[in-house]
Amino acid sequence: MFLLLFLLIPIFAAIALLFVKKEQAVNLIAIGAGLLTLMGALHIIINKTESFNTSWLPILNSRFILQADGLSKILILLTAISFPAIFIATSKNQTHQKNIFLSLMLLTQAGLMGVFLAGDALLFYFFWELALIPVYFLCSIWGGEKRIAVTFKFFIYTFLGSLFMLIGIILLYSNTTDHSFLIESMKHANLTPGQSATAFALFFIAFAIKMPIFPLHTWQPDAYEQSPTAVTMVLSAVMVKMGLYGIIRWLMPLFPAAFLAHAHFVVLLSVIGILYASFIAIRQDDLKRLIAYSSIAHIGLMSAALFTHNQVGVQGALIQLFSHGINVLGLWIIADVIEQQTGTRSMKALGGIAKQQPTLAILLVGFAFANIALPLTNAFIGEFLMFNSLFQFNPWIAAAAGVSVVLAAIYTLNMVQKVAYGEISEATSLMKAPNKNAQAVLIVLLVIVFVTGVYPQPLFDVTADTLKQLFVK
Amino acid sequence: MNAIIVSTLLGVVMMFCSWITTSAKAQRNIGLVGMLILIVANLAQLKGWWVIDFDTKGMLAFNQIGLFANMTLFILTFLYVWINGEEIEKIGNHTADFYAIFFFILCGVSVLTSFDNLLMLFIGIEILSIPLYILTGSDKKNLLSNEASLKYFLMGSFSTGVLLLGITFIYGATGSFHLSMPVVNPATHMVTEHFLMSAGLILLFASMNFKVSAAPFHFWTPDVYDGAPTVFTSFMATIVKAAGFIAFIKVFETQRMALGFTWYIILSFVIVSTLLIGNITAVFQRSVKRMLAYSSIAQAGFMLFALYGNSIFNTEAILLYIVAYSLATIGLFAVLVKMKDYSFESFNGLAKQHPVLAFLTTLFLFSLAGIPLTAGFFAKYYMLNALLTAGAGLWLLIVAILFAAVSVFYYFRLVQAMYFTPGTPAINELDKKYEFKLWVLAALIILLGVFPSLLFNYLYF
Repeated sequence: MFLLLFLLIPIFAAIALLFVKKEQAVNLIAIGAGLLTLMGALHIIINKTESFNTSWLPILNSRFILQADGLSKILILLTAISFPAIFIATSKNQTHQKNIFLSLMLLTQAGLMGVFLAGDALLFYFFWELALIPVYFLCSIWGGEKRIAVTFKFFIYTFLGSLFMLIGIILLYSNTTDHSFLIESMKHANLTPGQSATAFALFFIAFAIKMPIFPLHTWQPDAYEQSPTAVTMVLSAVMVKMGLYGIIRWLMPLFPAAFLAHAHFVVLLSVIGILYASFIAIRQDDLKRLIAYSSIAHIGLMSAALFTHNQVGVQGALIQLFSHGINVLGLWIIADVIEQQTGTRSMKALGGIAKQQPTLAILLVGFAFANIALPLTNAFIGEFLMFNSLFQFNPWIAAAAGVSVVLAAIYTLNMVQKVAYGEISEATSLMKAPNKNAQAVLIVLLVIVFVTGVYPQPLFDVTADTLKQLFVK
Repeated sequence: MNAIIVSTLLGVVMMFCSWITTSAKAQRNIGLVGMLILIVANLAQLKGWWVIDFDTKGMLAFNQIGLFANMTLFILTFLYVWINGEEIEKIGNHTADFYAIFFFILCGVSVLTSFDNLLMLFIGIEILSIPLYILTGSDKKNLLSNEASLKYFLMGSFSTGVLLLGITFIYGATGSFHLSMPVVNPATHMVTEHFLMSAGLILLFASMNFKVSAAPFHFWTPDVYDGAPTVFTSFMATIVKAAGFIAFIKVFETQRMALGFTWYIILSFVIVSTLLIGNITAVFQRSVKRMLAYSSIAQAGFMLFALYGNSIFNTEAILLYIVAYSLATIGLFAVLVKMKDYSFESFNGLAKQHPVLAFLTTLFLFSLAGIPLTAGFFAKYYMLNALLTAGAGLWLLIVAILFAAVSVFYYFRLVQAMYFTPGTPAINELDKKYEFKLWVLAALIILLGVFPSLLFNYLYF
């Protein structure tokens, strides 16, 4: 029953927001709902939870099942942290029809929570789509100049991907012995190797588009750039995790043979993607695009590590799912503060923030260190484990992927240097009073970065059961 | 039998209704009450409370599925008339005539859901078609409407000729008009008179494709749908088309055995070309009405999947698809009749001025596109599932979803116009009552989108 709250709180808050116009009340409702879900998330991390299971479509034998294992919990926690953080950090931003904006954001949150909790394939598909629809409207209404075309591309891409997944689900469903959509029954579906490979491919396309993996990534930088920054934060901190979640939840246990058979191919694609994105990131001048490409590179590393099918690598990826979300969220919030106050995202036009707003500069440096996975930051542990598994998989591939660490250092430090140091530029001189809300959020996030960087054991503990399920027979 | 007799009687009553009252509103209410009587009469037969029954010598055979199909189509017609009643009155001078025509069409529908003999198929299709030619041309002073009517009439009669030729060939091959006769000789597993039989079936297939506007027999559709008064296009694109599909499936459920594997080749060809032509052409339309005409062709492509197998899955799938498609299409046309012109631009900025209407339109479009939480999603799901169960190749499913993605392209163009393009929508006055009626449609779409089984619970008892 408790897990149902993760859907109900955002949905009810979203409905309530439709009837509230006053800006202060609107912010209060959204932040309150966000903090409530965060408390819920902390509760399920600490305590054991019952799954929620009720009949839904008896005629199809599909059930409304919500369940949370370690993998779900860590992503629930990430989602629950991200949304209130975004709401607080952007609460001062001028947005027209803010109540509708936040209402759609909360619906997105409900969709994401559903994706991470669903234990039934059809339900999973439902939430998968449900998370997309509000984002389509958010980006198309509140986005940048080219928003409509860009968002449409994003929408068609992911919609097509999920249709492929739907065929995969139907294929699996029709081959389960008890005609059910439960993950457990799907694991024991009677598939011929050929069917298994096909179903694997169908699911993989959906997840690869969402992450995105190299040749299917073209929607992402545009979508990140054109979306309102609050939505970009959701997209890159939480939404891309849907693809990785799908790999761990569906591909790994359901198609073990096909998974191993295609491992080299996918790892190769991922590593190409990592290098490609890193090189492009170096050449970017737009702050948002730089973070977008850097995010593609990090996600690529996670997908490569997952496909090594090595316990160490998967453990690393599980941790990194959380850490990457926190880090990228921090970077986006800083980018948003800078854009709100200076009106530009071009790094050439910025400079000297350290003199103008020292706190912000310190925070930026902190998240920049996390982005290049320096020891003591949370990303270090994850990346270390992931590179470890890649090395065991194939040293050459590991070496190629390792180049990305150097590249990450180049573009991240370059960005810090251009943005934070140097003479105070014309744009930067506009930065007057620091944005207290955003800074408070950033400090909390930075604390998480260093605490989980120094003492990651709680994250290991939470994800232990998922790892055990995947690797202990 | 109840539905056939009651609908005929009601048709006659409506013809003479003008003697009783000349008020259009009263005539409409009589029509609506008539629909309710028809629904109750059909329900009585479905439940076995009260059945008019006599020996039809195997001409008609009533079964649960046919009666259930009647039920859904009658209820859809009721909803259609309830929503569009006032718009119907604006066309022509004799409103009661239109209601008489509706009842005659429903009589045709009930014949098409219960025939067991190819002659009855022919008669059913004629009863259905002739009133439609009248409806298409009912806007007498509009040249387009006249053109559409004439075009439809000529093409329709030609296709009926083809249908008759096909029936004749089948009769020649088997010596019977009966559907239930065996098409394959059980002793030899061979089709008797193979050539005649195949030729007859293919002619029949072509003619039925014409009726449901599947490519390459779709050419009449855009012009007729565009030319006919918008309220009647809504009726033609939903209830009439659905009846055509039910008849189509009824004929080929058993008869297709005679074609063997060729059946799948022909069917796949028709499906793929229908999806291709319908979807791709719809993308380039400038008028929403024409876009909906092509979208109806495209949706027919999806509905044709139900012919691939003959299990209960296919029946479920086509029934759900018909309901989902009809609800959404009736809704969209109901919005369209309120627009001053039918271009995409006239929808610009609708979300600002009429947020509720824009929301409802979006919901109808979502349902047509097959987005979860709407009936359209489960319709597509059931159809794909039925297709896979019937043993279709995966390529066909992939073609289906690729075109489903294309359909998002043109459905969402309207969403973009309403929500993201500023402008003043060219829309007529709307009252709250009308909005309420559309809300009912939307509620049904969402209800079936969350619990599609509500529809089927009535199929099995």
